[in-house]
Amino acid sequence: MKFPVLVEVKLREGIADPQGATIERALPALGFAGVEGVRVGKAIRFMVEAPDETAARALVTKLCERFLTNPVIEDADITVG
Amino acid sequence: MASRVGVVLFPGSNCEHDVVAAIEGLGGTAELVWHGDRSLHGVDVVVLPGGFAHGDYLRPGAIARFSPVMAAVTDHAAAGGVVIGICNGFQVLAEAGLLPGALQKNRGLKFLCRTVELRVETARSALTTEVPVGTILHVPINHFEGNYTCSPETLAELRADERVVFRYVDNPNGSIDDIAGICSTGRNVVGLMPHPERACDELTGSADGRPLLRSLLTAGLATRPG
Repeated sequence: MKFPVLVEVKLREGIADPQGATIERALPALGFAGVEGVRVGKAIRFMVEAPDETAARALVTKLCERFLTNPVIEDADITVG
Repeated sequence: MASRVGVVLFPGSNCEHDVVAAIEGLGGTAELVWHGDRSLHGVDVVVLPGGFAHGDYLRPGAIARFSPVMAAVTDHAAAGGVVIGICNGFQVLAEAGLLPGALQKNRGLKFLCRTVELRVETARSALTTEVPVGTILHVPINHFEGNYTCSPETLAELRADERVVFRYVDNPNGSIDDIAGICSTGRNVVGLMPHPERACDELTGSADGRPLLRSLLTAGLATRPG
């Protein structure tokens, strides 16, 4: 079976996010008030072939650990299906 | 006999010829090693140069660590051979797990291209055997992702083992503990963001990189098997 996958890569808590901070600082000047906690990450979409959803998730988890994230600074949220 | 230095050429490297010229200027011999090679052709020292290996796609160094040559580089390091990563090369070594920690975007999101002051923090590394601790060197930096970070445990280890090789005198990028370069437990793998190969002639502003590269050539001979 083929499963659609969405991997959202985000900086781990406590890791400074200069892109998020820059966006947040720029918002008031653009007329957007009341926005806080901006964090910038990456979204990666792909299809994966696996016998079932559990197997698909296990494969994607391994892929994230080895390649799609740097575990020193990043985490990933994985959505399968 | 002079040390033989292999400078790895990834698609997107752009400092490899500077390293070759600097090494040859010091009496060493240098050759380029293609990233797709599985062998290091018997070189004594491996340099991973600056640039944008594989376009820095995903993260700097993330794809380069899977280049075929990296298995040979890892074996060379494990056998005590000298491996140096400069700038993008440091990022590759960190991604490959040959050095701990990671390099993030600079504080303030600024691309930095200027000469900085570096303090040599240990003479026990392949790059600093000929430079006394406390020496201040003027060496250029040229990076967007040079903001070194690591876990508190790793930082404590680096400090306790004196594996911080260089610190910035005036931290330009937000690196934890002002770190500009570190080495492995065996002290044969060194990564640094500044470019010593660009500081090899007074004509171009500084010759402070020369003692570092001389140390490298000496270390290369000292670790030659047999």
